[in-house]
Amino acid sequence: MDKNHLHEYRKVLLRYAFLHLRNAAAEDVVQETLLAALLANEGFRSESAIRTWLIGILKHKIADHYRVAERYYTSGAPTGDDNDPNEALEQLIFNAKGHWIGSPTAWNQPDHALEQGEFWIVFEWCQQNLPKQHARAFMLREMVGLETDDNCQDMGISQSACRVYLHRARLRLRECLEQRWFN
Amino acid sequence: MKSCKAITELLSESMERPLTWREALAVRMHFFMCQSCPRFQQQVQFLRKAASRYYPNEHDKNPVGHNINRGQ
Repeated sequence: MDKNHLHEYRKVLLRYAFLHLRNAAAEDVVQETLLAALLANEGFRSESAIRTWLIGILKHKIADHYRVAERYYTSGAPTGDDNDPNEALEQLIFNAKGHWIGSPTAWNQPDHALEQGEFWIVFEWCQQNLPKQHARAFMLREMVGLETDDNCQDMGISQSACRVYLHRARLRLRECLEQRWFN
Repeated sequence: MKSCKAITELLSESMERPLTWREALAVRMHFFMCQSCPRFQQQVQFLRKAASRYYPNEHDKNPVGHNINRGQ
């Protein structure tokens, strides 16, 4: 890894970390990531290979951070603040009989969106607007790529609660992307 | 016949584990009658794809000038 580019790598990693962690914690995990990377001192040919590798390390560090944080600080109890808005959410999406109120529309060329920078800003925005616990469940599962069992364990909640979070995160993200991007 | 709400729960569940044959059958039956839930399924699969590809550097090439300053 080229040490001259350290500053630039740090910037990229911080951006990623800020999505998932508070300021100080984000700085810490990025620091640890760069340190681990420097110690490993792998010889990569391309810029993009380095970045992918760094992000991979960072994801692990973020997962570790949650693992420790959940165990020591929250002892696993989900925070109450997420509960009410969720009930409201499901009432907005499904009627009393469980039918869609606003049916999902067909998305035009979703894969095409992945190539567009603006799409990722919307994606981020939608993700940030999820209730905290849901965003975390979704992030650990889909971005960090933990299996559901580990994911729930990391969050210190039961598997069923964890799956409810994941499902609600998906409902909400889907809705948000449909309104903000695919509409 | 399961409701859309119940079916979406199963579809989300199917992202975590294989459905039992009974569950899979319920989904299939439902899909005969419903246009919305198959879309939900595709879109949830898309969410997974998008999340796994999410990469912060994308914004650097973006002209919007979006300043991401999180966790403040």
